[in-house]
Amino acid sequence: MAGEIVSTLTGPGIPLRGNDIDTDRIIPARFLKCVTFDGIGEHAFKDDIKGLAAKGETHPFADDRFARAAILVANQNFGCGSSREHAPQSLQRWGIRAIIAESYSEIFYGNCVSLAIPCFTADHETCAKLQDVIESNPEAEFTVDIAQSTVTGPFGSITLQIQSGAQGQLLDGSWNARASLLENLDAAKAVASNLPYVSSYT
Amino acid sequence: MPIGAGCVKTKGKERNGGVASKELWKLPNLEPLPFLCYAAPLIRMGQNLYHKVFDRHCVAQLPSGQYQLFIGLHLIHEVTSPQAFAMVREQNLNVPFPELTFATVDHIIPTTGAGRQRPLQDPLAEEMLQHIEQNTADFGINFFSPEKGEQGVVHVVGPERGLTQPGMTIACGDSHTSTHGAFGTLAFGIGTSQVADVLATQTLAMAKLKVRRINFTGTLKPGVYAKDVALAYINRLGVNGGVGYAYEFAGEVIDRMTMEERMTVCNMAIEGGARCGYVNPDQTTFDYLKGRDYCPEDESWERAVADWESLASDSDAVYDDTIEIKGEEIEPFVTWGITPAQSVGVVQDLPAVDSFDEADQLVVKEAYEYMSFEEGQPIAGTPVDVVFIGSCTNGRLSDLREAAKFVKGKKVASGVRALVVPGSQEVDRQAIEEGLDQVFSEAGFQWREAGCSMCLAMNPDQLSGNEISASTSNRNFKGRQGSPTGRTLLMSPAMAAIAAVEGKVTDVREHLEN
Repeated sequence: MAGEIVSTLTGPGIPLRGNDIDTDRIIPARFLKCVTFDGIGEHAFKDDIKGLAAKGETHPFADDRFARAAILVANQNFGCGSSREHAPQSLQRWGIRAIIAESYSEIFYGNCVSLAIPCFTADHETCAKLQDVIESNPEAEFTVDIAQSTVTGPFGSITLQIQSGAQGQLLDGSWNARASLLENLDAAKAVASNLPYVSSYT
Repeated sequence: MPIGAGCVKTKGKERNGGVASKELWKLPNLEPLPFLCYAAPLIRMGQNLYHKVFDRHCVAQLPSGQYQLFIGLHLIHEVTSPQAFAMVREQNLNVPFPELTFATVDHIIPTTGAGRQRPLQDPLAEEMLQHIEQNTADFGINFFSPEKGEQGVVHVVGPERGLTQPGMTIACGDSHTSTHGAFGTLAFGIGTSQVADVLATQTLAMAKLKVRRINFTGTLKPGVYAKDVALAYINRLGVNGGVGYAYEFAGEVIDRMTMEERMTVCNMAIEGGARCGYVNPDQTTFDYLKGRDYCPEDESWERAVADWESLASDSDAVYDDTIEIKGEEIEPFVTWGITPAQSVGVVQDLPAVDSFDEADQLVVKEAYEYMSFEEGQPIAGTPVDVVFIGSCTNGRLSDLREAAKFVKGKKVASGVRALVVPGSQEVDRQAIEEGLDQVFSEAGFQWREAGCSMCLAMNPDQLSGNEISASTSNRNFKGRQGSPTGRTLLMSPAMAAIAAVEGKVTDVREHLEN
């Protein structure tokens, strides 16, 4: 069961500055009271949006200039905290197709791969520059290229990093690991039969 | 099957294990190394528990370069599983190992007797509870329900029933699954799509991690607890210091700890960015497990212990990184900010913004603004509105016992709302048997029923407005405890108990004689 092949993605950018933006901020826990992911995109950054609005400021996810954005540019340790897949589900349903950041929490990163959201990394200067460019030109279109590992925009093209495993999975449509895992079900059963605890050490 | 023989082939091709070298083994590379799974036993050097357990569970190498890892224990709860069951149904898949998955309800369940009456008052919570009841019934999965008296926070229930055993791989759609590492397991928090992967295949696609050994030498001073050990390593290594690593917690301090203390230390590995953390199994581990419901008995027990002992890290095991933290230098810690690394010793003043790396200053400033604290102010004396004792970090019997020592015969300070929430119905029963509920109730605490409660506030237990909570939980993120402007100070159960009595952050060491 191969999924969609993801090779390039194009759209306007959205800057989200700051390290350690956790998944509770991306999607506050009260919105996890659901049995489907439907509608969860409406609640992305709900409390951060309200918090800034109270001070007369506008969060990027509530800023009309970025309403069409598809490429999110963040900083260090993005998506830390809870394992909730609701976080990348919420970003995706809001409209985010790809993320560029300095680094990611591992669980969040894995969840993004499962949803075919490419997560690129770049150094602080590159992310800051991209955020500045987006800020000053919110209409500009950016294209991320998975195979080339680049982002192209008004400034030309910048090389990013992407983990080779995830890169290959996006390019051949195997980003949903379940199909590969199912192929080896017999081998999994063989491993289980050799694990002493599975048979209670009898 | 000998240890390490699990990963000989990748998609049918034989791998040549013999070419691996010491250098390869130590490559500081996040990408999976093709020979590692198989090669380690062939090169004559000590192995750590991470690699021994990983190899034993390795099914295959996947085209992505990741490894397919068999998961020996799968724990599920009501928040991250409904969509996973939907995925399994949509694809018409079976659950091949239903006996290796166990369920409970913890995040959404109210913690008052009246609140737990069915149907739950919150229709969304009721719907989630019904889903886990139906899904577990449909797929033949054991559900530790409130009605059976077996319910509790998933990371409290697994160990107390003896489900969590050394050498296992464990997965749960919950980041604090790292808790189970206390028993010498590899325990991973996973997302919902991965919960579906485990349901449908009992396996996960995983990259190999590097291993960092953290040695806690010497002894802890009086008034310093496992929670302070956890906050200490996160403070030292940062909230992303563990990305790409498994943490092996070791040293005299860890050796002397009880299993419940080790669970507290491993619980917060994820707060330091490490996907999992573990302690090598030893006599303390075996003594804790013996006689528990799901543990082997008689000759099987002897075989199990021998197996578990063989899985502990070898004395000459190699690590990707080793650091040392002196037990004597750890103070009772309190967080002051919006990440678990933003903490100080209780007698310290809050740090200057410019004492941080430039890259971190933005989040430090954001923390000061959110918390309405100022650099240079002492953390001791900070008034608290709410005290929460509970959670998968500190909701076990020994946590409640320790907190009770500082509460006995005292009163909760005027204006402070104080909750004790046992981690499971079993903890609740044992605590009541010891009279702990009376100690807390007489002091003015609310004694609640088992659940996640105010740790993440997906249930009626929440902060309101910008209340400050002294909390024994694991996260002080913005809005974590239910109010978008609520403020959380993480600390040990003893420190939280004293904060309730004094109405403000107080050094527990001033009260040790009482």
